[in-house]
Amino acid sequence: MPRLLGVDIPNDKPTVVSLTYLYGVGPKVARELCHKGGVDPRRHARELADDELGRLAALLERDYVVEGPLRRQVQQNVHRLRDIKCYRGLRHRVGLPVRGQRTRTNARTRKGPKKTVAGKKGVKDLR
Amino acid sequence: MSRSLKKGPFVDFKLYRKVQKQDAAGTKEPIKTWARACTIVPEFVGHTFLVHNGKLHMKVFVTEDMVGHKLGEFAPTRIFRGHGGKGKR
Repeated sequence: MPRLLGVDIPNDKPTVVSLTYLYGVGPKVARELCHKGGVDPRRHARELADDELGRLAALLERDYVVEGPLRRQVQQNVHRLRDIKCYRGLRHRVGLPVRGQRTRTNARTRKGPKKTVAGKKGVKDLR
Repeated sequence: MSRSLKKGPFVDFKLYRKVQKQDAAGTKEPIKTWARACTIVPEFVGHTFLVHNGKLHMKVFVTEDMVGHKLGEFAPTRIFRGHGGKGKR
């Protein structure tokens, strides 16, 4: 399996698809990369030659923020919000939705698995 | 949707004038304000505001990082005191 930017090993799918396995590369960037790197997007990733891989890696390094640096960037943005103790920062701290979604129900992505509270409406029906 | 660029940021004019007055006088007294929707502009950095949260005025010291946010973002309007607990069955 070909290796791109160190750890990431996309598999035997079309090149466009396997590129999206990199953090920070979606369908759009993957298409751009194939185009700029002169790689046929439909060819399978396992058939990529070393020089093609090198070209893709060079492009990624030069024009895009992906993987580690991107993760760090996101982390920094959240940290800034936390540090200035603005509303969005407070929501990040308590692990609740940040963008004004309802929390009476749903919001499970942020709140994690359900914690059942005795006496709350609807609990009796569950038993 | 974000605000139209044509209009520029919303800055409470009276508040802005007060800040300028303070800058001219060189003082940095806290400014009491109800203008929660006012965007923090670079001129506000280093000033202290007392932002109304619906009940009282919260002290907000403006730092450089806060530029571009609204004053209201720093004066929470709700206080969460926790769910349940003793004597609350």
